[in-house]
Amino acid sequence: MIKRSLITATILSAATSGHVLADVTLDAVKARGVLQCGVSTGLPGFSNPDDKGNWKGLDVDMCRAVAAAVLGDATKVKYIPLTAKERFTALQSGEIDLLPRNTTWTQTRDTQLGLNFAGVNYYDGQGFMVSKDLGVKSAKELDGAAVCIQAGTTTELNLADYFRLNGMSYAPVVFDTSDQTVKGFEAGRCDVLTSDQSQLYALRIKLEKPDSAMVLPEVISKEPLGPVVRQGDDQWFNIVKWTHNALLNAEELGVTSANVDEMKKSKNPNVRRLIGLEGPKGKGLGLNDDWAYQVIKQIGNYGESFDRNVGAGSPLKVNRGINALWTDGGLQYAPPMR
Amino acid sequence: MSSNRPSSESPTKPDSTPRFWNDPDKRALIFQGLIVLALGAFILTVVSNTLHNLEQRGITTGFDFLSVEAGFGILQSLIPYSEADSYGRTFIVGLLNTVLVSFLGIIAATFLGFLIGVGRLSKNWLLAKICAVYVEIFRNIPLLLQIFFWYFAVLRTLPSPRQSFELFGGYLNVRGLYLPAPILEDGFGIVWTALIVGIVATWLFKRWADKKHDESGREYPVGLIALGLIVGLPLLVFFFAGAPVTMDYPALKGFNFRGGVTLIPELIALWLALTIYTAAFIAEIVRGGILAVPHGQLEAASALGLPRGRTLRFIIIPQALRVIIPPLTSQYLNLTKNSSLATAIGYPDLVSVFAGTTLNQTGQAIEVIFMTMAVYLTLSVLTSIFMNWYNSRSALIER
Ligand SMILES: N[C@@H](CCC(=O)N[C@@H](CS)C(=O)NCC(=O)O)C(=O)O
Repeated sequence: MIKRSLITATILSAATSGHVLADVTLDAVKARGVLQCGVSTGLPGFSNPDDKGNWKGLDVDMCRAVAAAVLGDATKVKYIPLTAKERFTALQSGEIDLLPRNTTWTQTRDTQLGLNFAGVNYYDGQGFMVSKDLGVKSAKELDGAAVCIQAGTTTELNLADYFRLNGMSYAPVVFDTSDQTVKGFEAGRCDVLTSDQSQLYALRIKLEKPDSAMVLPEVISKEPLGPVVRQGDDQWFNIVKWTHNALLNAEELGVTSANVDEMKKSKNPNVRRLIGLEGPKGKGLGLNDDWAYQVIKQIGNYGESFDRNVGAGSPLKVNRGINALWTDGGLQYAPPMR
Repeated sequence: MSSNRPSSESPTKPDSTPRFWNDPDKRALIFQGLIVLALGAFILTVVSNTLHNLEQRGITTGFDFLSVEAGFGILQSLIPYSEADSYGRTFIVGLLNTVLVSFLGIIAATFLGFLIGVGRLSKNWLLAKICAVYVEIFRNIPLLLQIFFWYFAVLRTLPSPRQSFELFGGYLNVRGLYLPAPILEDGFGIVWTALIVGIVATWLFKRWADKKHDESGREYPVGLIALGLIVGLPLLVFFFAGAPVTMDYPALKGFNFRGGVTLIPELIALWLALTIYTAAFIAEIVRGGILAVPHGQLEAASALGLPRGRTLRFIIIPQALRVIIPPLTSQYLNLTKNSSLATAIGYPDLVSVFAGTTLNQTGQAIEVIFMTMAVYLTLSVLTSIFMNWYNSRSALIER
C-alpha cells in the first residue's frame, strides 16, 4: 500500500539524512525538470483527471503555476494522487515538492507537522449533504444519523465538535477516499455525507442521481484551503507564496492570459512590476525575471482559474462569494508586488 | 607463529593455554561483543539522528500526544469512548477492535477449517469434491478482493433501515445486523455461580473418573455428565431464579435502529472474508495432519477392536494434532496481521483508527507506527507462546 511505503520513507529519510532540507527544493525541482505535486485522488473542480487523463482543477492550476514560474513550462508537473491520510507524510518525506490538495490551514498542521501554508486559494467551510427523501431541512435534525466522512481530515474533527455541541449522537462511517465515501452514501450506508462545502457540490455531481441529494444550509466550520510546503525551506516557501500572489494581483490589475502580451506595453507601474519589466523581478526568488509573466500567460489569473474550474464556466457553478477579490467585497487579497 | 616468537620459552613444552585470540571460544565472544556494540551504536545513531532531524524540520516528537483530546468519533468501540477522550484511548479502542475481529476470525476459521479438512478426506465423493473446490477457490483469490466482495457486492445490496429484513427478533439492513441484547438483571449472579460450580464439579468428576478408569477400566459417561453440570445446572438455576434477564430489542428510531447490539457491516465483511480465506488454509493443514498418521496405527487400533469413534479420539486426533498445531499457529498469526486490511473498508481497527486517523491528526508518524508495530509483534508473540504451550502439551511423549 502506498501509505505504508510513504511512512517508511519518512522514517528512513528522517533517520538517515544528516542535513536539514534548507533551500534545496528549488534546486531539486530544476535538476529534475519536473515539479512533483500532491493532489487528491479525484475531486472535480479542485484536482481531477478528465476523460483524457489530464489533471484539471483549481489546485492543479496551483501546481501548473508553480511549474510555469520555476521551469517556465506549466506542463512540467508530475501529479501524485494522495488520500487525505497520506498527504502530509508524502510532503514531509520529500515525495512531493508542493501540496495543493484542498488542505485546511490549521494551527496543528502549521506548527507541529513541519509544514508551512503558503496562502489560501479557496475559502471554504464544512457542510452536509443528505438524500432528499430523508426530509431533513437543517443539520440540527440529524440526531442519530450515520455520517460518511473521509479519514484524516478536519472534517472528522468538526463533525465531532458540531454534534457534541448540539447534544446529538451520530455514527461516523470513515473511508479513505472520496470515491468510497460517495459510494457509501449512495448505497445508503449513511444518511449524511459531510465534507467541505465546495467539495459537496463536486461530489454531488459525481452521484448517479445528483438530483436525489441536497446540501443543507449550515456551514459549520472555517476551511481556508491552501498550498502547503515543507518548513525550513524559505526560498521555496516564498516562491509558492508569490506565485499565488501573482495570480491574485493579475486579476486585480486586469491582466489575463489573453492580454498579458499586450500589457507589456502598459504604462501602469503595477502591471509592469507584475510581469517583471520593473521592480523586484525574479532575483529575490531565484527565478527568471519573467516568472510571473509565464504564470499568467500559461494559467491565467486567479479569476480565470476559478471560473474555469469551479465557477460559472464549470459544471460546479460555485459563486465567487467570499472568494471574490477584496475590491469586490471578498477575502482574496494579495500584498503588492514591489 | 611460534617460529616468529623470540624463543625464550621452551619449544618442547606445548602451550596448554593458548593466547586468547587463538582460543575459538574467547574469539567468538569477542566478535559477538563487537557486533552487539556496533548494533548498539548503530541504533543509537539512528535514534539520535532521527530526533535531531525531526526537530530541525519542526516536527513534534515524543509521546505527549497520547494524553491530548482526540476530538474525532469512532464507529465501533468495545469500551466507552467519546470524542472528548484522548489519543491514547483511540489506541486502546483500535486495539480492541483488532483483537475482536481476530478472535472471532480465529474461532470461526478453525471450526470451518476442521470441517472442510475432514470433509476432504470423506469417503463421500461429492462432499470430498466440494471441500476440495472450496479450498482451491478461496485460498487462491487475494484476501483484499474477498473483503471487497463481501462488503461491496454482498452487504451493500441489502435494503435501507426502513425496509430491513427481520430475522430472529433482529434486523438486517445495509447498516448492519441489529440483534436483541440480553440485559442481565440483579438476580443473575446466582447463575454465574452455578456455572462456576458446574465447571469445577466437572473437573473434579473427570479426575475421579480417569483415576477409576486407570484402576479398573470402568468407563463413565463423562461427556454427558459434563453437559449436565455445565449447561443443565446453570439453566435450572436460571429458571428457578425466575429468568432474571430482559431482552433489549432494537427498534427503528429516527434514522437508525437503536438498542440491542449492532454488528456493523464492516465487521461482518471482514470477519467473513478472514474466516473463509483462512479456513481454506486450515483445511489443508488438517488434512495433512490426519494423513500423516501412519496407517499402521489404524490397523493396530482395529486389531485391538477399538470402535471407530474411539480410534478417532484416542489414536488419530492426538497424533494428527501434533502435526497440525505448528502450522495452525502461523495461520492464526496471519489472520491477525491480515485483519489490518480493515482500513480498506473502514472497519475501525488499530491500523485504521490509530495508524490512520490519529497519525494524520497528530502528524507523529514515527511514534504511532512504532506503537502499532509493537502491538502486532506482541499479539504474534502471545499467540505463539500460547500455541507453543499447547503444542508441548499435545506433543508426543517419547517413552
Ligand atoms: N479540507 C479538509 C478536507 C480535505 C479532504 O480530503 N476532503 C475530501 C473530500 S470528501 C477529499 O478531497 N477527497 C479527495 C480524495 O480522497 O482524494 C482537510 O484539509 O482536512
